[in-house]
Amino acid sequence: MTLRRLALLPAVLALSACEGGFQSPLAPAGEQAASIHSLFCLMMAVCGFMYLLVLAGLGIGLLRARRRRGETGEPSIDPADRGLTRGLVAWAALIVVGLTVLITGSFLVERTIAGARSRDALEVRVTGHQWWWRIQYRDPATGGWIETANELHLPLGQTTRVALGSSDVIHSFWVPNIAQKLDLIPGRINRVDLTPTRAGWFRGQCAEFCGIQHAHMALDVKVDTPEAFARWLAGQRRPAAAPADPVLARGREIVTRGPCAMCHAIRGTQAVGRAGPDLTHFGGRRSVAAGTLAMTRGAVQGWITQPQAAKPGTMMPPVPLSPADADAVSRYLMDLK
Amino acid sequence: MSDPRTPAVELGKLHVSWADAPGIRGFFTTVDHKRIAARYIVTVVLLLFLAGMLALDMRLQLARPDMERMTPQLYNESFSLHGSTMLFLVSVPVMEAMGIWLVPLMLGQRALAFPRLAAFSYWLYLGGVLMLWVPHAFGITPDLGWFEYPPLSGPAYSPGHRADIWAQMITFTEVAALAASVNIAATVLKMRPPGMTLPRIPLFVWAMFLASLMTIFALPAVMMVTSMLIADRLVSTQFFAAAAGGDPVLFQHLFWWFGHPEVYIIFLPAAGFVSMIVETFSRRTLFGHAAVVLSMLAIAALAFGLWVHHMFAVGLPRLGNDFYTAASMAVALPAGVQIFCWIATLATGRPRFDTPLLWVLAFIVTFVIGGLSGIMTASAPLDQQLTDTYFVVAHFHYVLVGGAMFPLFGAFSYWYPKATGRMLSERWGKISFWMVFGGFNLGFFPMHILGLQGMPRRIYTYGEGMGWGPLNLVASIGSAIAVAGGVLFVANAAWSYFRGRAAGPNPWGGSTLEWAAPSPPPQHNFDAMPVVDSLTPLWTQKRELAVMTGLAVDRREVLVTSVVEAAPEYRQKSPPPSTAPLLAAVAVTILFVGSIFTPWALVWGAVPVAIGLTLWFWPQRERSTTGPLRVRNR
Amino acid sequence: MSDAVPTRVVGDLSDLPESASGASHLVWWGNIGFMAIEGTAFALAAGAYLYLMSQTAGWPPDGVRPPDLLWPAVLTLGLFVSEIPNLWVRRCAKAKDERGVRIGTLAMTVLGLLLLIPRGIEFGHLNVAWYDNAYGSLTWMLLVLHTSHLITDIGDTAVQSVWLYTHEVGDDQFADVEDNANYWTFVVLTWIPVGALVYLAPRFG
Repeated sequence: MTLRRLALLPAVLALSACEGGFQSPLAPAGEQAASIHSLFCLMMAVCGFMYLLVLAGLGIGLLRARRRRGETGEPSIDPADRGLTRGLVAWAALIVVGLTVLITGSFLVERTIAGARSRDALEVRVTGHQWWWRIQYRDPATGGWIETANELHLPLGQTTRVALGSSDVIHSFWVPNIAQKLDLIPGRINRVDLTPTRAGWFRGQCAEFCGIQHAHMALDVKVDTPEAFARWLAGQRRPAAAPADPVLARGREIVTRGPCAMCHAIRGTQAVGRAGPDLTHFGGRRSVAAGTLAMTRGAVQGWITQPQAAKPGTMMPPVPLSPADADAVSRYLMDLK
Repeated sequence: MSDPRTPAVELGKLHVSWADAPGIRGFFTTVDHKRIAARYIVTVVLLLFLAGMLALDMRLQLARPDMERMTPQLYNESFSLHGSTMLFLVSVPVMEAMGIWLVPLMLGQRALAFPRLAAFSYWLYLGGVLMLWVPHAFGITPDLGWFEYPPLSGPAYSPGHRADIWAQMITFTEVAALAASVNIAATVLKMRPPGMTLPRIPLFVWAMFLASLMTIFALPAVMMVTSMLIADRLVSTQFFAAAAGGDPVLFQHLFWWFGHPEVYIIFLPAAGFVSMIVETFSRRTLFGHAAVVLSMLAIAALAFGLWVHHMFAVGLPRLGNDFYTAASMAVALPAGVQIFCWIATLATGRPRFDTPLLWVLAFIVTFVIGGLSGIMTASAPLDQQLTDTYFVVAHFHYVLVGGAMFPLFGAFSYWYPKATGRMLSERWGKISFWMVFGGFNLGFFPMHILGLQGMPRRIYTYGEGMGWGPLNLVASIGSAIAVAGGVLFVANAAWSYFRGRAAGPNPWGGSTLEWAAPSPPPQHNFDAMPVVDSLTPLWTQKRELAVMTGLAVDRREVLVTSVVEAAPEYRQKSPPPSTAPLLAAVAVTILFVGSIFTPWALVWGAVPVAIGLTLWFWPQRERSTTGPLRVRNR
Repeated sequence: MSDAVPTRVVGDLSDLPESASGASHLVWWGNIGFMAIEGTAFALAAGAYLYLMSQTAGWPPDGVRPPDLLWPAVLTLGLFVSEIPNLWVRRCAKAKDERGVRIGTLAMTVLGLLLLIPRGIEFGHLNVAWYDNAYGSLTWMLLVLHTSHLITDIGDTAVQSVWLYTHEVGDDQFADVEDNANYWTFVVLTWIPVGALVYLAPRFG
């Protein structure tokens, strides 16, 4: 039994060490995550070694003892164990050495992660809501805040300092490829630094149980060159463009004068609600409802008319619309790039 | 253990003195530690089955991406009920039950220090079980996990009574656990057999003693914090309301002050089981007895210095994180020392590979994985990647199932003959062992990888694009095999109860005093008080066990000895059966349930509690013949 | 019974006494166990108080006056004075003085009930309600926690006194009186840190 497990273990460990996707600490794309990943590798090496030692000790011990299995007679009382005592001391010493290595490694990584704090950083506020993320960028030009939701863009190679707060319950901000997770706690502001080292799309997800739709509180993360990032931010700063055709105009009419505007804001229109995500550049995002659905017109239309189907328990109420109106609204929203 | 020189008449009297009332009356009034423990065990087995079914239901839901067979509400209720049941109603109570059953037997005693308190513990524990599961039958189920962090569990985000039920269920079980712990601690300190000095205390008794002390210092925290939560919900206190100067993080500190020691309160008795089983089945005295005792002490002490490692993602000061990282990792040293001692004993003994020992071997190979993944989560920066993912789900199942349930199954197989007088079927025992062991590892090892692939815990579904589907399917299949193995284990116990081979007093050749009693032990356990001259009295006094006579036979009496030397001090009356524990528990239940609805329940509910306790403690003695209230016309 | 291990009698316990006092008695250890539980609860409540105090800028918060000092001063004095009869009862119990424990427990019951008067008035002079803010919640929690212990012990003493007057007192009951007196001392001692937190921390913290 032990032998079979022994043979299996490296295979399993190797498997676990290699695979990592767009939401995994195993495929670091940020300085912080890379630093922690190196600690993880150290841990795997030390702990794997210790585990093999335990298995080897148990296996050899049992094999030796098996030879005496047939022996009968009285139990042996307090046999002389001097060799074992020396072994115990050596074992304890080995554990102490192993722990010292790991504790030191842990301290160093902790320092490295905190080290980025001294640098100049882009300032971003992320606020947790049941069950979506409010995201605000400090406007480099005016010093005001540019708001978006559920999609975080980061400049490659630069440190972004994210200030984490919550408007309701405790959530946890976690983009594993780039950095460690940190909680969003009402009444507190936590700060986490993200220094991406690889461009592309990543995904984050709320990591602290926050109610019925905790499973659908994801975050798309786009890492781009500083130039592309600057272009994107400039785009976000702009108010929504005026609709170009009558269908889109009808869509805007419904959104900004109907119930949508009670909760959602579209800058440049009469919609100034604050309870739900800002929709000013909604159509430019990658997904709908905090990563629940892909950004397609069908998904948007379904989401508006029957949000409870895709995300049961969401705060978004169903909006009763005629098919033509639903079509106009979804076209208008998709047009908000 | 009958002494041929004890006249049969005397023995007859002893049986009468310790007998319960017959039938239903005996059922409600018994204070026999063995009956009480059996009740605990039966309740726990039922709950294990129910919570296991919940787990299977969740595993079915997660077996494939985008499943819609469970609503998020049902899923959230399921994991909340599963976790709360397993931690509050199964793990801790089952260890107490083993202590309540075994400690007096291992000490050669006829009863616990406070027999009525043990009965009270069970009834109150049952109250906690009903508190959680009866509302569940009516569709009111806690839905916020086994730790309900405010503000999510506060008045604003959790209206209704789901969170109150959870909080008050905890109060029930923790009062029960505290009472049981005081009972066990006092028994170990003051009721050891003559000659059982501190170095001669069996390791399981040490483990239960230390677990009891930990309980006494840890559990008040969770009772307090859940009471504060109820107060926030019921009378608008502001303990956890950030807007009014409160702090939701205070809840976490108090909860984990209890929550981390809780793991070791579960683990230490398991380490006690392992030590006893390893010794018996290696047929040699355990190597490093003193080292194991010191390790247990070290674990008990360290347990109170590392609760913050559950809160690394909260954003506490870095210096604090460093300290708690080091303290948490330090636990590996005593745990590693214990592992060494067990393996060394096996290696230098002449082991017989019966089912109890198989469970211990399974314990070693799985628990060490849980311990090592524990070292990883103890590191503050690494934990900030691992916490709240499936890695942690895997980790604590390896610790709690591998580290506590496997030894428990081993202990169950080991002491079953003593409790019932019959042997379990070895064949079915081994089949169920391989199913549970194999199924568990197949089910839970992949979860480590899922966590590293970014799967958070407590999500009711996941998208196909996440790539978590195949490993989840493997995990679901493994869990199903393990649950089937568990059912087989219980079926074996039920079948063997009627059909098993007769066991005799000492079927495994064990060394400690419980094996000197008949199987199953009579209500008074031992005809005479054993005297101990070593750690392994049944091995050193192979031919005849030394005993002392002279305890009363015509009434219930136990021997009280000194704390360090275990020298006989006096003979203590042991209380007879009584309805008082049940009545008091019912009164306390009324108070606890009432206080969910109105704070005034604490006032009017106190009246029946006071009456119940007065009935309980009212000494039965002659009326006074002196003083102003003496009986005048006798 | 055939199902038995052979034994050899090496001693006889029938000469042992049937009761003991102080730390030799089993119940004394049970009492210690429950004191440890409640002591832990007090310590944790105090910890919670200090924790929030360290998190908060103003303690008490702006606009809240610290609790008045007169009535707690009366209570504190009363608690300390009550230790004189309490220790006397304890001595009577150790000396197995039947008349002494009867009078003593009665006196302690009356004294305890009298002490509830200043305690009751204290609640009216905290200058904060439990629902005002977290400071108020903690202040009330500490005071309610301590009051519940006062009431419990007074109730216990009263029941004990009734029993003692109406029954023949045995050795175990003397031990019970001793344990109850020890518990009162515990309640008095816990008041020192609890009272200091409630009344002094808002002034000097």
